[in-house]
Parts: sequence; C-alpha cells; structure tokens
Amino acid sequence: MIKNISNLGDAALYCDFGIEVNKQINSDVIKYFNAIKDKNIKGINNLTPSYNKLIISYDLKVTNSKEIKDKIESLDIRETQKIANKKLEIPVCCDDSFSLDMERLKKKLNLTREKIIGNFFNKEYFCYMTGFIAGMPFLGDLDENMRVQRLETPRVKVPKGSVGITEQFADIYTFESPGGWNIIGNTPLEVFDSSKEKEPNLINPGDTVIFKQITLDEYKNYNE
Amino acid sequence: MNTRIIMSNNHFEIIRAGINTTFQDKGRDNLYHIGIPFSGAMDNRNYLLANKLAGNKLDLPVIEFAYQGPLLRYNGEKINIVITGDVIFELRKKDNKIKGNCYESYQLENGDEIDILSTNKSVYGYLAISGEFEVKLQWGSCSINTKANIGSNNGKKLDNGQKINISKINLKQEKKKTNYFNSKVENIRVIKGTNFNYFSEDGKKNIFEKEFIVSKLSDRMGMRLEGPKIENIVNTNIKSEGLLKGVIQVPADGNPIIMLSDHGTIGGYPKIGVVASVDYDRLVQLSPGSKIKFKEIELSDAETLFKLYEMETQNLISQIK
Repeated sequence: MIKNISNLGDAALYCDFGIEVNKQINSDVIKYFNAIKDKNIKGINNLTPSYNKLIISYDLKVTNSKEIKDKIESLDIRETQKIANKKLEIPVCCDDSFSLDMERLKKKLNLTREKIIGNFFNKEYFCYMTGFIAGMPFLGDLDENMRVQRLETPRVKVPKGSVGITEQFADIYTFESPGGWNIIGNTPLEVFDSSKEKEPNLINPGDTVIFKQITLDEYKNYNE
Repeated sequence: MNTRIIMSNNHFEIIRAGINTTFQDKGRDNLYHIGIPFSGAMDNRNYLLANKLAGNKLDLPVIEFAYQGPLLRYNGEKINIVITGDVIFELRKKDNKIKGNCYESYQLENGDEIDILSTNKSVYGYLAISGEFEVKLQWGSCSINTKANIGSNNGKKLDNGQKINISKINLKQEKKKTNYFNSKVENIRVIKGTNFNYFSEDGKKNIFEKEFIVSKLSDRMGMRLEGPKIENIVNTNIKSEGLLKGVIQVPADGNPIIMLSDHGTIGGYPKIGVVASVDYDRLVQLSPGSKIKFKEIELSDAETLFKLYEMETQNLISQIK
C-alpha cells in the first residue's frame, strides 16, 4: 500500500509504494490507479502508474495539493470493483532479420540461440506499466539467466513491432522510435492503435502476456 | 458563435513552412498511463490571447511556430488574423508591405501574404484566424506531437506546398488590439524534486546558485541545459516512473534536462526539481544560448503565485473587447 505521499512540483502528487519491483507492489499501484480512475475526482487530469509509484496530476486552476491529498487518503480502495485483467498471446518472430541483438545476447548471457528462445517463450509475463512511448508495455519477469543491460549506445531507430529485453523486463516498440533495449524479435500484431479513441492499447497494466513463437511465413501472412 | 459554413475553398497555401509549425490547442489529458503526454500550445497565455484577439472561443486550434515561422498566401474571403508572442512579421498586400504588430488583428484579402520572419529572442509564436482551421482531432485535441505522430496532419509538422483549409469564418470580423509585453525572465522558480538528496552538496548548491545556458538540443519534448555539472552521489538511475512537464531530470552526465509539453511519459533519471507552473509559459520561451537561473520556492508560494498569474491572464483576456 502507499508508504508515503509527497508533492512533485505544484501540480502533482507522488505516491510511493516502496523501492522494490515486484508483482505484489505493482498490483497495489494498479489497484489505486483503477480506484482513482473510477472515482472521477474533480481536477485530476492524469494518472501515471509505474513499477512502484503512482503520480497523480491535477489542474492547478481547479484544485490543489491538499485537496487531492485529502481525497486520496480517504479513499477506501476495498470498495473498488475487481478489474478484469486480460490474458493475451503475442506472436513473435525471431528470424535473423528481426532479432537484431541475438549475437550480443548470446555473448552477454553465455547461452545458445535455442536456449535464449526456449527461456523467452511460453511463459507468463505480467504487464507492470505502459508508457515511455505511446502504448509500450513493460512486461516481467524474465528468468534470472536472461537479464542483460541496455545497449551501450541506443539505436536511433528501433523498427516498429520490435520486442526487446533489458534487466527483468521485455517491451514492445509500438512504433519506430529511438531505443536501447536488446531486440530479440518482432511481432506483426498491432499493439497500439491510435485510430481507436477508447482503447488504443492492446496490453494494459495488470494484464498477463504469453509470447508465442511464429515462423517468418506465419509472420508474413499474419495480417493477410 | 457567429460562424457560418463557407462552401468556397478558403485556405492558406504554405509557401515556406518554417522550422516547426504545428496545429496546437489546449492539449489532451488523462492519457499519461498509456504513454501519451499533454502536448498543446507551449505558451498557454499567448495561445489564449491569440484566440481572444481573433474573436474566437478560447480553446480553438491555432498555428504554433518556433523561431522562423511560415510564409503563407491566403486565398478566399476576407478574414482577420492575429499573431501573439514576440514575433517579427509582415503582411504583403497588392501594392504595399505592412510591418505587423503582435496583439493586433489584420484583415487578409484574397492573394495577401503573411511572412512570419522570426520570433524575437524567444521561441514560440501563435497565429489565429477569425474562424476555424479544418483539423482532425485525436483524443479531443488537434495538437500535433511529431515524435509520436499523434494529432492533426497525421501527427506531422506542416510542410512546404501544403494547404491549410479553413472550415469556418466568423460572421463578425472586428479589429481587436491590446497592449501586452512578454516579460523576459532569467530566474525560473523551482520546487525541490523527489530525488533532491541524490546529489552532492555542491550539486545541490549549484542548481540554485549558478547560471545555466539553454542548449541547442531543445525542442517541444525537452530543454537541455549546460553549466556546472550536477554530481550524483547516490545512483544515476531510478526505477522508471512517471514524468511531468517542468520536471528537471539529471542524467549521469550531470547536465539537467527539463521536460516540456511533448515529453516521454516515464523516465529513469533522478528528479532534482520541478519548475513551478507559474513560470512554465516564460520558461519555454527561453531560446538556445539564453541564461537561466533557478530559484527555490515552497509549494504554498508556488500555488499562490500561480493563482496570481492566472488572475493576470484572465484580466488580460477580459480587457479585450
């Protein structure tokens, strides 16, 4: 639960749930995020859940730090309905043309390609948060022997659909963007659809994801 | 609203697009959790004044430009335009050239040109028309975020040769004018950030005592600063968490970066401070090479100062008849 609430500037509250990164703490963050969203509190204009923090932004023309803090502290989050989190299967192709950092991963992890792929697929990942770029999910946790640092020099352009890994997380580049994660494959699935006003994100915090390996032919035919 | 739909094809032709010319409005909210920032006009006061002087509702889309603005040729029925900010521009009519004044509306006739030469020791300026641009809204806002390709014009900045269509012209086209001077600031007021104690004693002192220079690597996403290095003594990374406009992050190289309206929604660099909302409009107008000095203030002072600033904005607006 919330350990401490402080202010981040004059137009946001900073709710601290702890320093560790694990599913338990992140589930608490998501619980608060959903509860506050449900309440439609006047003046709140944004919520940013992350691994173990929740930032609540408000319109300083309408409200202030004290008013929002009082409302958050008096929130009974047990009242909130349980949010139905989804279970999703994400197809990923690891053809050489997509797994841009396979050589680096083999070296850094001291594992064969087969072993890396074996470890990565067919296990459940939990969506901790989305963001950085629109719709990008942060999924964990990777096995201990799969954890590696970011690239020393980030790429200027990571192709759309790229699936990357860094430390305990996997992510998906929802559109072409700069980035420093180790690219293991690519998904033909549209993970973020900006033409959808209501739910542009396929994957939301709290959802469960399983990566399923597909061949290059399956990849090419996926959107046919 | 005194508007009517004009069936004819009123539009601007973009002869020269300028450096970063986009449609902007109040921006979009409640989307941080999926990775979409507010965006919207960088300098909110000048955005509101532009709409008011054009005789519009205050939240209509306007054209925002940075440094060098666009050169536009107008085709259509008579329409008033106004430019706000600190901007050098001229109007070219059939046989004469008029040096334009900001905060004063001008009538354009078929074939007239506006040449927005540059902003004057500032960054952003605004062009409003007495009517409405034809724009596409995405999540309730036309604001173009070129990094995420979100907003009107497929999320891309306006380009040479494009047409800017006008969907409505106000029935009333009154000349409006106000006297307003953009005050320049070098002191930006800041509230201590959540990782203030990550920095060395010298770092903590330097951030509030020394001068920084706005770097060329500044855009709608962020403003990079150069100056004394701010040394981190705890950890140069934090677990990624939410960002806001005005947050001052310090990466491992010790050079502060201030998040601006199109910022990435989460980040992993320690936050040394947050710019007080009262100073945001003036902060974004600091051009590369400008000096900047931070002054620490408390939350309660920041709240009071913002209230006063907001009252002043409302006064400026209500004075325009």
